[in-house]
Parts: sequence; C-alpha cells; structure tokens
Amino acid sequence: MSFLTRHHKKLERNVTLLAVFSLIAVVIGGVVEIAPLFWIDSTVEDVEGVRPYTPLELAGRNVYIREGCYNCHSQMIRPFRDEVERYGHYSLAAESIYDHPFQWGSKRTGPDLARVGERYSDEWHVQHLKDPRSVVPESIMPPYGFLAERDVRTDDISEHLVALRRVGVPYTDEQIELAEADMRLQGDTDGYGPDLAARYPKVQVRDFDGDPQRLTEMDALVAYLQMLGTLVDFETAEPMERSE
Amino acid sequence: MDSVVMRAGGWFALFLMTMILVVAAEDRGFAVHMAIAGAAALVMIWATLTRTDYSMLARGILRTPADKSRYYDDVVRWGVIATVGWSIVGFLAGLYIALQLAFPALNLNSEFTTFGRLRPLHTSAVIFAFGGNILIASSFYVVQRTCRARLAFPALARFVFWGYQFFIVLAATGYVLGITESREYAEPEWYVDIWLTIVWVAYFIVFVGTLIRRREPHIYVANWFYLSFIITIAMLHIINNLAIPVSIFGSKSYSAFAGVQDALTQWWYGHNAVAFFLTVPFLAMMYYFVPKQANRPVYSYRLSIIHFWSLIFLYIWAGPHHLHYTALPDWAQTLGMVFSVVLWMPSWGGMINGLMTLNGAWDKIRTDPIIRMMVMALAFYGMATFEGPMLSIKAVNSLSHYTEWTVGHVHSGALGWNGMISFAAIYFLVPRLWGQNRLYSLRMVNWHFWLATIGIVLYAAALWVAGIMQGLMWREYGEDGYLVYAFSEVVSAMFPMYVIRAIGGAMYLAGAVIMVYNVCMTIAGRQRAEKPMSDADYDPAKDRPIVAQPAE
Repeated sequence: MSFLTRHHKKLERNVTLLAVFSLIAVVIGGVVEIAPLFWIDSTVEDVEGVRPYTPLELAGRNVYIREGCYNCHSQMIRPFRDEVERYGHYSLAAESIYDHPFQWGSKRTGPDLARVGERYSDEWHVQHLKDPRSVVPESIMPPYGFLAERDVRTDDISEHLVALRRVGVPYTDEQIELAEADMRLQGDTDGYGPDLAARYPKVQVRDFDGDPQRLTEMDALVAYLQMLGTLVDFETAEPMERSE
Repeated sequence: MDSVVMRAGGWFALFLMTMILVVAAEDRGFAVHMAIAGAAALVMIWATLTRTDYSMLARGILRTPADKSRYYDDVVRWGVIATVGWSIVGFLAGLYIALQLAFPALNLNSEFTTFGRLRPLHTSAVIFAFGGNILIASSFYVVQRTCRARLAFPALARFVFWGYQFFIVLAATGYVLGITESREYAEPEWYVDIWLTIVWVAYFIVFVGTLIRRREPHIYVANWFYLSFIITIAMLHIINNLAIPVSIFGSKSYSAFAGVQDALTQWWYGHNAVAFFLTVPFLAMMYYFVPKQANRPVYSYRLSIIHFWSLIFLYIWAGPHHLHYTALPDWAQTLGMVFSVVLWMPSWGGMINGLMTLNGAWDKIRTDPIIRMMVMALAFYGMATFEGPMLSIKAVNSLSHYTEWTVGHVHSGALGWNGMISFAAIYFLVPRLWGQNRLYSLRMVNWHFWLATIGIVLYAAALWVAGIMQGLMWREYGEDGYLVYAFSEVVSAMFPMYVIRAIGGAMYLAGAVIMVYNVCMTIAGRQRAEKPMSDADYDPAKDRPIVAQPAE
C-alpha cells in the first residue's frame, strides 16, 4: 500500500493535478451512461400516433409545470400487472419524445396521469380542479379555482413553438404561423375541427371549462389532461407486437 | 471621490437596465425578479454614496472581535448567520407542507401557497440555502486553516456570499410566483441558472486561489472533497440546465433535451446533487470538524485516499436508479443499480474513517454533546447509505418507487446526516469566530440533540410504514382477481403517518429554534450559568469494586 500513498503524494501536492483527476473521475460515468442514449436507435422505438402538442395543450402543459403538478403526479406507468390494470398500458419512450422537459415524476401522492385523457368528463376535471374534495372526499390535492378566472395568454404562443422547434420539436412553419388562431380554435365550441386535425391528428376541439365566452388557463389545462395518453392506439399496436 | 462616483454610476446604470427589463418583461414573474435586482442595485448605490465602511459597521453589529488572526473570517461569520437564518425558513416550509398533506385546507385557496409551489421552496431552502451556506462558510474557514494561508481575493469572496444569497432570493420568490423548470432540485429558470454559474466560478477562483497560496506542502483531505464538490456541481449544473428561453425578456425556457434523454440527464443531476452537494462536501466538514472537536487525528490516511476516489468515481453512475422500470433502456437501469450497490462500500469507508477517529476519545460521546451530534450524523450517514443501495435494487425499488419510503430515506440522510453535522459545525464555529471561550449553553445543545434525534426517528419511522403500506396497497389483489384498493383509499390510509411525520418535523424545528437562541446569545457574549453536563458527583464511598454479596 505504500505504493498508493507514495504516488498519491504527487496528486495532493498539486492543485491542478488534483482538480484534473477528480474531474476525469466524475466525467467517465456520465459519458458512458448518458451519451449512448443519444445515438443508440433502440432507445426510443418508433410508435405511430405521437405528435407535438397543440398550442392549447402546450399552454396547459406549461400551467401543469408552473403549478408543480409533477411534485405529486407521475406520468410513467411501469410494466407491472397492478399498474397496467390501474392506469393502462405501460409508458413507452416514444410517448415523451416531444416533452421538453419530461414529466415522468418521482412520487405518487396522487395517481399517475400518463393515460388520464378521456377517462373523466371535462365537467369532472373542472369541478375537481376547483374543489378536489367535492368529487373525491379523500383527496388532499390543493384547489386550483383561480385557473378558471384567468385568461390564458395567446399572443406569445408562436414564440413558444419557435423555441421548441429550436430544441428539436418538428413544428412546421404553418403550425407556427397559425399557432394563435389554432389555440383559440381548439377551445371554441363552434370551432371547425377538421382543419386543426389536419395539423394535429386526434385533437379534441371543444370548450373545456364550461365558459364558452373565454379561453382560460382552465381550458388549457383540461385540454392537456384530456389528451394525455390518447395519441397511441394500443388496441391495434398490440396484435402487431404478437405477430412479430 | 472619483472612484465613488464611478462605482455609484455603474450601479445606477445597472439599476436603469433592470428598470428597462421590468418594463419590457414578457411575464409578471420576470418583472418581479428584475425589480428585485433593481432594488439590490439601489441598495448598492446607497451603500456606495454614503461611503460608510460597512464591513466595520457589520463588525460592530455582529460584535466581531478585532481580526487578530491572519485569517479572513468576515465572510465565514456572515455565512454562519445566513445558515442559521435559512435553516428556520427551510424547516418551517417543510413543516408547513407536511401539514398540508394531512390537512389540505392549509393550501389556503391561494395560488401562492399550494403544495406544488411550496415544495420546491422547501427543498431548495434546506439544500441550497441552509446546506449551501454552511458549505461555503465552512469551506472558507477550513481551507484557510488547513493551508495556513489567508483567503485569496476577499472582495471576490464577499461577492460569492452576497451573490449566492441573491440567487437564493430569486429562486425562492420564483417558486412562489410559479417560475420553474420542473427539474427537481434544479427548478430555477435560465437567467437564475446563469447567475449561479457566475457566482460558482467566483467561488472556484477563491477556493483554488487559497489552495495555491498554501504554506503546507500537502493539500489536506477535507480540501479534496471541497474541490471535487465545486468542480462537479459546476459540471452538473451547466449540463442539466441547458435550455432555450422563449424570450430574453421572459422567464420561460424549454429544456434542450426531451423524454428519456431529459429524464436521465435530470436524474444524473438529481442523484449527484445528493452525492456532490449533500455528501462529498459534508464529508469534507466531517474530515475537519470531527478530528478538531475530538482532538484526535483522522483514523486512516489510506482509507481516506481509497474512499475519496472510489466515492466520486462511483457516485456519478448511480442516477438511473431513480428511473427503474421506466422507459429508460434496461442496460442503463441495471448499470445504475450495480454501481449504486457497489457505492455502499466507499460510503461506509467515509463513515468508518469518521467514527474511528474517535478511537481513544469515545468517552466524549457522554460528555460532549457536539461530539454526540457528530457521531449521530455519521450513524445516520451509515444508515442512509445502506438504505440507498437497498432501495436501488430493482426488486425493492418496484415496491418503494413513487412512495413515501423514498421521502423518508432522503430525510434520514438530510435531517440525520446533513443537519446534524451542520449543527455540530455551527456549534464548533460560533465561539471561535466570535472569540468566546465557550457557547452560551451546552445544555441547550443537548436539548437540540435530543429533539432532533427523536424528531428524525418519528419522521423516518412514520414514512417507512407509510411507504411500505402504500406500495403494498397499490399492488394488493383480492381472491376475485381484482385490485383491492382504490387510489383514494390509499391516500386516506396515509393520514396518521402524515400527522406523526409532521410532529417529528416540528420537533426538529424546535431543536433548531433552540440553536438560534443559543447562537445569538453566544454572539452577544453571554454565558449561561448552568450545571456542567455530565459529571456525577464524586462519592468516595462508592469508589470501590462491587463485591458479590451471598444471598441471604
């Protein structure tokens, strides 16, 4: 062992050497673990149906992030029998390829939300967000009534799409140009769906918060919650898996 | 005079710039933050123009002894006071959100007081405000003593202190206003991240500058740990926070990575915030304060070499254990698990080196409540670093993940290890920094010790039960083949555990309040008249061997 202490003397007498070696020691692990995820193709297997968020869903997602929903709700169903029966098909990597940042979460003080879309009515969501204990007496969720009082910002949404395109989300020029109009269209009871569905397949077009006069943060958040997990059609995907 | 005008002019220009940013701001949060920056610039203008020597003034207020030593300790004193102050903020926020889980009415129906916004406030206040301040303060104290050199660049060190407090204020107000990147323990937005990077580079320069000036040929082991902490945190912070802002006049940004890559980057950061913020530099504190307080040399020099290099090399791999059974590729999960289990050994290497330093001084556990705190800190370090590898085993994690067990695990490490070793360091530092020959009261340290210890036990036990119960209830199947419990039933089953946990947290906070009083009185130069802690009265009649009496 004197070998060790003799050679270590060189390191502990030289700040530069000590700093460089300690940096090398911590770089190796990160490089070996993280870097391959960017170039191993099988990390994210393609799945049909995943698309970028509509402008209204994106605004809702930003409300979800702002309010710290991720502190109590995960969006990552693990491949266990109980989780699949409780929440639905286990989550696939491809389902979050447009998630900047990811919202997998780390804690289930409340239930997983990865596939909460279309499970409850809009009215249920609005009532639940305004007063959680009025629909789930055991709930310990904070109330979010203020979301229904506040208009969601539409004027800067195209800038958000531009920023997301810069980090790799394939929004088209058309989608960016029409972002503000698309946002209003999706939350409008009289909205004409097919146009929007051409740009964003499976989009749900309606007034979400029960107040057709206004486009509120409640509209945006409910629109986001109602699309979670609805893009990939596992009914048709599963037989394909078996036939392979 | 000219330099005063120049400096004041510079601050005024900064003030004008912040006002322009307030007007141009895209959102309310950004405007509030720029207004806070503007207020800070105004304070600096006022401070510059009145031309008072604030260092002297502060020394008067804080009753700082005339700096007779060669060391520059002003920043250390401020850091200790900041640590003590932020500890109350962080613990109080923790207690409040713990009570919110038991009594949701405490969310108060306001957007600013929901659990979702206050939880990051709590985690950042305890990790970065309480923990960060004691780390910066203790590193400046330790590096000077162990290098026998005065701190390099005192002005830059003052910038590090105030710049760091400014970072904390921006982060904390940001959470309440809803400004977050949603990356756990890295929630502040892009402009706050840039500011922290600047402060951190200054910190690196001061620390390494002092190492370069050292009069000792060898760099003491505590400084290896501090150096690794500063370098690695810089790397983690910069890479994890890579993002594109929507507008340079707005707070919102989008992460450079998405989905699975983003998740692993975040948990590579998240786990190594535990490693390189809450472990490595706290071990540095252990390597200085335990030998000093025990008045014994470090147990093994060789062990310190082996465990330092293996600890920093292995820790960085452990991140994927936060993503077991997720959509992260299996190979990365398994790699993370294996390294997490192997990590058990260097972790215990540190614990053993700390505990065995007490060889020949074990009696001090009975007589010296500060040593007792250190030993309890190391014991909790040992327990937490056993529990961690266990939880990272995939089979165990399938039960524990997403439950309160994880929260309990984190807190036995944070309250037991980080908290206790920090309190011990504060009790060590305060009399020395303010030139007192002892603390105001050692009995109060004893009270603090027991309140904190019992509080941690209540906290951890409640969350073990809660976590395991949660995990088992979620996966419980009845004979009919259906899930037995609705999610809401599991939530209501948590209530008694949440109450017990809050009681534990309240006891921990009560201990910290006693510490604040003790520290304030010590700084004020008072000494409490009290009976000595330990000694049983000497009774010569009893000072003889026990002789077995035959039964009658």
